[in-house]
Amino acid sequence: MPWRQQRTPFSARAFSLIVMATFALYSLVPLWWLVVTATKSSQDLFTTNPMWFADFNLGQNIADVFNQQNGIFAVWTGNTIIYCVGGAAIATLLAAMAGYALGKYEFPGRKVVSNIILAAVLLPAILFALPLYLMFSEIQMVNTYWSVLLPSLVSPFGVFLASTYAGQAIPTELLEAARLDGASEARIFWRIGFPIMTPALVTVFLYQFVAIWSNYLLPVLMLNNDTLQPLSVGLVNWRERLNEGIPYSVTITGSLLAVVPLLLAFSILQRYWRSDLTAGGVK
Amino acid sequence: MKAPTLPAQQLVETGTTTTKPRKSRLGRRTTRSALLFLVPFMIMFLSMKMAPIFYAIYQSFFKTERSGLGVGSAKSLFAGFENYFTALQNSDFIASFGRVFLIGIIQVPLMLTIALFLALLLDSAFSPFKRGFRLIYFLPYAFPGVIAAIMWSFLYQPNIGPFSGWLSAIGLDVNFLANNTVFFSIGNMMTWGFTGFNMLVIYSALQAVPEELTEAASLDGAGWWATAWHIKIPAVRPAVILTAVFSIIGTVQLYNDPAILAKVAPGISSTFTPIMAAQQQTAANNYNLGAAQSVILALVALVLSFGFLKFTQRKGADS
Repeated sequence: MPWRQQRTPFSARAFSLIVMATFALYSLVPLWWLVVTATKSSQDLFTTNPMWFADFNLGQNIADVFNQQNGIFAVWTGNTIIYCVGGAAIATLLAAMAGYALGKYEFPGRKVVSNIILAAVLLPAILFALPLYLMFSEIQMVNTYWSVLLPSLVSPFGVFLASTYAGQAIPTELLEAARLDGASEARIFWRIGFPIMTPALVTVFLYQFVAIWSNYLLPVLMLNNDTLQPLSVGLVNWRERLNEGIPYSVTITGSLLAVVPLLLAFSILQRYWRSDLTAGGVK
Repeated sequence: MKAPTLPAQQLVETGTTTTKPRKSRLGRRTTRSALLFLVPFMIMFLSMKMAPIFYAIYQSFFKTERSGLGVGSAKSLFAGFENYFTALQNSDFIASFGRVFLIGIIQVPLMLTIALFLALLLDSAFSPFKRGFRLIYFLPYAFPGVIAAIMWSFLYQPNIGPFSGWLSAIGLDVNFLANNTVFFSIGNMMTWGFTGFNMLVIYSALQAVPEELTEAASLDGAGWWATAWHIKIPAVRPAVILTAVFSIIGTVQLYNDPAILAKVAPGISSTFTPIMAAQQQTAANNYNLGAAQSVILALVALVLSFGFLKFTQRKGADS
């Protein structure tokens, strides 16, 4: 639309650029600080410009992170992968099946189940952490992998999103045709439903991944044992244990190492957030 | 799957008109399959969401009494609403709601205004570098909240964070971790983490606004702001409501940021937010009182989010 370009005064474009750049700076300054600071030695941390590089010490810092406490950082990384990737993958599969059932089948009680799940969407996972702790300590399940992993497998929001998407995107005629061809319901789900739902399922996976990562209260309550903890709990412990000889530089570099792979993954996958999130929005 | 649709439809039609039993057999088959697809999720949902809630409610109606000097065996006694009265009379617990309310009433509208404004700018034809800005605004959301809280706890520290230095250069001496400023420090962490996410939700709704509407307004001589105010903002109301509900729920469950800042900010007590207060009771082995506090908190969260949804829906119906 060339006429619009001509009509828009230069001042409007300049104003827009300034506002957007200001907020971009606000978003980026903390990240820039983290990157810069992770490259500094413990001494330079306090004596040099916080926003610019000093002697480049990143390699040494990374080595320190992995050597601290007999290499527990690697153990925490493995645990985080189990909790976040494993938990989100299984949660996505369960949500896909349940969402497909709610979106594409008519059966008695469908409305009731949908409404209960919808109500659960409004209660965030962290509110369940304390009740879960009370329950798990009654049945002696605290301080196990399961105490953190099992609650992570449930994503009511994922079911909600998957059912909305399945209802809209999967043509019913296609399912009926497959039924008449003699395909089993399970096969129809795997060969037709699941592939069509994939874009929504990526969103479900990412959403649940973030939800597990940020539910810090659950692992804090459940896990006393260092070797079972995810990165988040471990790094917070390091942050607190400065007086016991955990240097700032180790915690800061460890934090950077914990987020860089995530930031890269999200930058690549972020387009999936666009349409799908509002597809399940409040109408 | 290249199934021929037309013959299939014919088959279905003949099936429904001529042989009724076949249809009901298909109905039974699909009902059974639907339930089989639902079962794995429902088992986990019932055991990991419903069961803990009911267990907490159950626990909240009991009290533990120990015989002797508190070292004897514990007895569980029915306590009725005693724990709830105790919780609601506990000034620390009540104050924690006040703090969260104070933070939310300022932070949520501020954040959503920024998010809406940025989304409108990103949606407008004249803004440059849209893709880049969108990606940058999203980065803080992809940054896990706990690590963000650790990072900010360092950033607020005057000896290694940059902000204290910058402010003192212009003559302001700000201690981000002081008893009063810590409210703003927490609000800032929430704004940093979630504005981009909310902006993205509103932005995707904006993209669904029909082009003809905004073009017609432009041709009628409406400026950018008038078009935004009269056409775009009303059109994305549902998305803004969605972000508001998310943000309100997010504020009620505030935990990570203050709990981690508490280690460096003496002003943050162990009962700063409702979740922290309930956690403290649990840690002190007051399981029953902790359970009652958790139930109250969950109820408040439900009432707030449902109430806000209903309120905005009614307002929408009136206008």
